[in-house]
Amino acid sequence: MRGWGNYVADIASHNDQVLHARFVRSSVASGRIVSVAIPPDVTGFTAADLVEVEPIRAVLHRPDFVEVATPILAGDRVRFVGEPIAVVVAATEAEAEDAAERVAVEIEQLPAVLSASAALAYDAPIVHDDVPEDHPNAPNVVVDGRITTPNADAAFAAAHRTVSVRVSSGRQSAMPLEARAAHAAFERSSGRTTLHATSQMPHVTRTGIADCLGIPEDDLRVVAPDVGGGFGAKMTLAREDVAIVWVARRLRRDVAWIETREENFLAGWHSREQVYDVDGAFTADGELVALRADIVCDLGAYCCYPVTWGVEPLMALAELSGPYKVPEYDVRSRGVTTNKCPIAPYRGVSRPIQVLALERLMDVAAEELGIDRVAIRDLNLVSEFPHRSPTGLVLDEASHRETLAIAAGMADLDDFAARQAVARSQGRYLGIGFSCFAERTGYGTPAMVARSRPFGHAEARKALITPGFERVVVAMDPSGCVTLRIGASPHGQGLKTSLAQVVCDELGLSPDQVRVIASDTDATPYGWGSFASRAMVIAGGASMLAAQDLAERLRGLAADRLGGLPGDIELTDGRARLRGTESSVPIAVLARDTYHSSHLNPDKGEPALESVGVYDPSGTFANACHVAEVEVDPLTGQVDITRFLVAEDAGKLINPAIVDGQIQGGVVQGIANALFEELLYDERGVLVTTSLMDFLPPTVAEVPDIEIAHVCTVSPATLTGAKGVGEGGTIGAPAAIANAISDALRPFGVGVFHLPATPHRIRSAIRDGHDLRLDRHPSDSEIPA
Amino acid sequence: MTTPLRLYVNGDRYDLDVEPRRTLADALRDDCGLTGTHLGCEHGVCGACTVLVDGQPVRACLMFAVQAEGSSVRTVEGLAPDDDTLHPVQQAFWDNHGLQCGFCTPGFLTLITGYLEENPTANEEELRDVLSSNLCRCTGYQNIIKAALAAQRTMNAESGAEPAEQAPA
Repeated sequence: MRGWGNYVADIASHNDQVLHARFVRSSVASGRIVSVAIPPDVTGFTAADLVEVEPIRAVLHRPDFVEVATPILAGDRVRFVGEPIAVVVAATEAEAEDAAERVAVEIEQLPAVLSASAALAYDAPIVHDDVPEDHPNAPNVVVDGRITTPNADAAFAAAHRTVSVRVSSGRQSAMPLEARAAHAAFERSSGRTTLHATSQMPHVTRTGIADCLGIPEDDLRVVAPDVGGGFGAKMTLAREDVAIVWVARRLRRDVAWIETREENFLAGWHSREQVYDVDGAFTADGELVALRADIVCDLGAYCCYPVTWGVEPLMALAELSGPYKVPEYDVRSRGVTTNKCPIAPYRGVSRPIQVLALERLMDVAAEELGIDRVAIRDLNLVSEFPHRSPTGLVLDEASHRETLAIAAGMADLDDFAARQAVARSQGRYLGIGFSCFAERTGYGTPAMVARSRPFGHAEARKALITPGFERVVVAMDPSGCVTLRIGASPHGQGLKTSLAQVVCDELGLSPDQVRVIASDTDATPYGWGSFASRAMVIAGGASMLAAQDLAERLRGLAADRLGGLPGDIELTDGRARLRGTESSVPIAVLARDTYHSSHLNPDKGEPALESVGVYDPSGTFANACHVAEVEVDPLTGQVDITRFLVAEDAGKLINPAIVDGQIQGGVVQGIANALFEELLYDERGVLVTTSLMDFLPPTVAEVPDIEIAHVCTVSPATLTGAKGVGEGGTIGAPAAIANAISDALRPFGVGVFHLPATPHRIRSAIRDGHDLRLDRHPSDSEIPA
Repeated sequence: MTTPLRLYVNGDRYDLDVEPRRTLADALRDDCGLTGTHLGCEHGVCGACTVLVDGQPVRACLMFAVQAEGSSVRTVEGLAPDDDTLHPVQQAFWDNHGLQCGFCTPGFLTLITGYLEENPTANEEELRDVLSSNLCRCTGYQNIIKAALAAQRTMNAESGAEPAEQAPA
């Protein structure tokens, strides 16, 4: 706010002694490295220097999972444009850039695999040729999950009508406004290295780097200072971070790497290039009785750490039925490896496309069956809780039908229909679209365990990572102020504010008496970080448990002094009060005496006011209904979002302003995914969208005001009552917009089945009179069944 | 090869020696130590590096430092007085939850300050048009617009200028 923030690049700017690093990256999509020549006056390193460094490995225990290693620097093979091959250092960023230019790399090009369909072709080149030959998967298929209920085929055979849609999405980038960065400071006196990094999970980053370098974790301290947005893209371990720590230790110097925007597009993780072929079996009344799908995700060249490249296909496999009652289910979900930038989680992961698939299915089914599109959703939404999904997920108390009804009411459909009719008579095309979804949030270890299926022996156990719990430590100092140390790592979500509120409520303190300490492995307990809309649910629950335990101790101390039982004491406004009397004592006095007159502590209680809280829930589901109203110009293909409504149920709102901020920001990223943003490769596998002039995030001019209504369902699945809200906006918005554009373009017989729906695509679809669908690579063959 | 350069930043004089290729943003951050000016793209699109050069908003990543020779530069560090109070634009961002990660914030603060100082009676449409110069990835812009409008009211109340809704469109 005042320019006093502390981002990683700022630490480098203030360090006169730091060396600046620059990576030399592959310019070809697939090839064999013949030679890398670093000029003698340049300090630089290649894979040959890093022989003792282990590659990054992340695995799931599933028979259909293919494990591959990600080297820190490419050794003999390069597998995507942008893959790091060498790292050079110099006194300034500009000199490092000059030095990198002088590194000569010779690469023998090999055939590249540039789309999922090409990867699945019978004669496709093999991206990873070190996969064991006896692996059951087809070549280039690295995850192949299937969930089938016993009577799925029978349900389809008996169905009144089978409705089919194929939806797909282009590649997307989370594009945090601050690209990635690392500053590794080597301390000669202790031999320790402190890494400041743009990380959403500093503890896991430390584990990952320590494993690669073969050092005790204590030799490394990882700090995530101010982080300029993450959206998932900063939870994945960066090869560059490992390299920077290695270089700092090798040179015994401070070394910084500040990623450029171009590098961020090339190598800072992609996401969501997916195709869903979905069939829905419906009764004549519009009841969805079975769902069948074949899902293919283009995962790029390597496996992301820690969540693995199973993250997109397996989420789609487990959660496709969303908020709908689907008795029978037959879904296959594959992830294939290609010669493109690896995928990693981005806000919503697969769910924006899952929701696109189901919500387009609902609209198409409503039209084919002659049923109102709100009615068909209302009929199929889960309304009795807890509900067990066909994949075994338990949907806890939620408000699917209520949020749909509220959104439909806000949308005033009669009024809209009248406006739409008038507009059409004037040659203008308005449309409205709905999107209902369940956002699985706050899932701890049990949900993460379920992604693996036990098989064989635990020989690869060292690489298996099962995130989940959060642990916090709350401590009161002699002045009565509290620190809360958390393993989660906020980066713009206002988590510290929200957690301080939780603690204040339990201890009767004011927010200025609580300080939340996060994002420093030296100062916080081990935890997983901030991702998957989980922090408020899990870290919030842990904070509540810890604060309740500390409050109980304070009530005991107060009861000893004031008389009565601990249960008669209430903590409010900084005082412990004996209920029904005027007796009270300041909490600060209790705190001071606990430390400074410890010989008087009742029951010889220890001279500390400290509690630990651990929370590891199985998860909950937030839910919402989005409605988009659009006007489409059929002459230009331009889409104007004229209204956007959100009826959201995020459970209890700990801090309403922060919740609304998450929804608004999420919806705008959803709008970006639906209309504007796309990463494009050319036919040689070279990324062409490497600047913000090619990849187009919306500005204030492209976004509507977002109207939000809240429903607050109380669910026993979350301790604080909060359900998590980080991803919902991005999950629901694309489908609502696709449905709205399809509604607007009904007179042209054009439906939207591929995103982003750019003006060019909309124009082409109108001109050619076909649906807006996946652009195919000319050489692509059909995806085999 | 370096060249001497004199800058006046937030009222302070800086006598620097910089390479001619050094951008104003790098000079501010690395030579003046003013790291409140952020770099989000280094090609002039995101606007995080916006500073006021002789009162005009400029992209500090697109201007060479030597082009600012003798100029008066105002960065985010120079908006508020050197005490605990905030500039009205900063206060409005605080009051309206106008930032989440904070990375784009300095650019928006300087952009809005520079624009409102020149155009105190701008209407909302004009203000939105100017705000579309910069990118924010967290907030969805709603609260930034609210903050800009609130800041305008405060600044006009302090200076006695006409409120926006009475200004000619």
